[in-house]
Amino acid sequence: MSASKKDMRTPLGRVLAHGSAKSGTGDHIRQRITALAMVPLGLFFVGLIVALTGADYETARAWLGNPLVAIAALLLVVAAIMHMRIGMQIVIEDYVTGERLRSLALIGNFFFSYAVGLACVYAVAKIGFGA
Amino acid sequence: MVQFTLPKNSKITEGDTFKAAPGTKNVKRFRVYRWSPDDTANPRIDTYEVDLDKCGPMVLDALIKIKNETDQTLTFRRSCREGICGSCAMNIDGQNTLACTKGIDEVKGDVKIYPLPHMPVIKDLVPDLTNFYAQHAFIEPWLQTKSPTPEKEWRQSHEDREKLDGLYECILCACCSTSCPSYWWNGDRYLGPAALLQAYRWLIDSRDEATGERLDDLEDPFRLYRCHTIMNCAKTCPKGLNPAKAIAEIKKMMVERQA
Repeated sequence: MSASKKDMRTPLGRVLAHGSAKSGTGDHIRQRITALAMVPLGLFFVGLIVALTGADYETARAWLGNPLVAIAALLLVVAAIMHMRIGMQIVIEDYVTGERLRSLALIGNFFFSYAVGLACVYAVAKIGFGA
Repeated sequence: MVQFTLPKNSKITEGDTFKAAPGTKNVKRFRVYRWSPDDTANPRIDTYEVDLDKCGPMVLDALIKIKNETDQTLTFRRSCREGICGSCAMNIDGQNTLACTKGIDEVKGDVKIYPLPHMPVIKDLVPDLTNFYAQHAFIEPWLQTKSPTPEKEWRQSHEDREKLDGLYECILCACCSTSCPSYWWNGDRYLGPAALLQAYRWLIDSRDEATGERLDDLEDPFRLYRCHTIMNCAKTCPKGLNPAKAIAEIKKMMVERQA
């Protein structure tokens, strides 16, 4: 936090820095809405797992073939992945210092979240449509 | 990555012990962080034995007694002695507080005294608060208006005035900001609880007409949204204020102007 001896900006100049990013509220809202959504969706998911305990693949396929169950499962995936991406981004911004390493970690988080999210959506669709 | 351990030249060593006079009955040990910029030595903990029968009741009384009678090199800030100037903020018994309002009898065992955490140390218990004060200046803590100045005064209802209670009492001691892990890790970009509490004090002031510009300046993933409601600020505030709530209110204002 202390200024290096080479940095001759004023203390206020350092605080002003590049100015406001004019963002953050969007992620703040999304994180809370996805958390809220995951309460009923999480309960649904636990219920689904309990209902399918010991069932064979055909039974699971039949359940996910139901549009309501499939849509709820997809909503859970989207909400959870979005929540995970924002949460992980905040952890990286908190603890990873250094411009380059931080940028790399943020890009990795972006790719990982989208890859996992799309893989989950593909899996639900594949089972649901019985392909 | 964030540094979780102290660098080699900041590791604390055991310092000197200043014994109380022989025959003293009511002795309390004060273990105080010492570091001087005038030599290359590592920081150390000096131990002072203080006769409580000849000392005032507060930790600041003991520090003043040590400085007056035992060790004149001990350096700390102090001014009002009654919890209104915020000068003697330091970490006592593991918590940031004011030495002048912290009773010695509130501490069990040795009284451990360190400077406010995670700030550059100028000497002993004196932290460098330059960045902290610049952040306070940044939020422009004064009334800003666009309407023509009224002949007499900017009027405010009793109800609107009450909204400033719990905010205006802040004495800028820095106990809250320096207790906040988010401020430790990103104090150069995150404004911290003290500055944000002051920002809210002006955002909620019914007479102020710069609310939009103030919110614009705060809308930033680091300046505002580094607060993760850890609540250390509210726990440690020696004035009993709740900066975390003020920050939550700012976030609410941000959301309200979106919807």
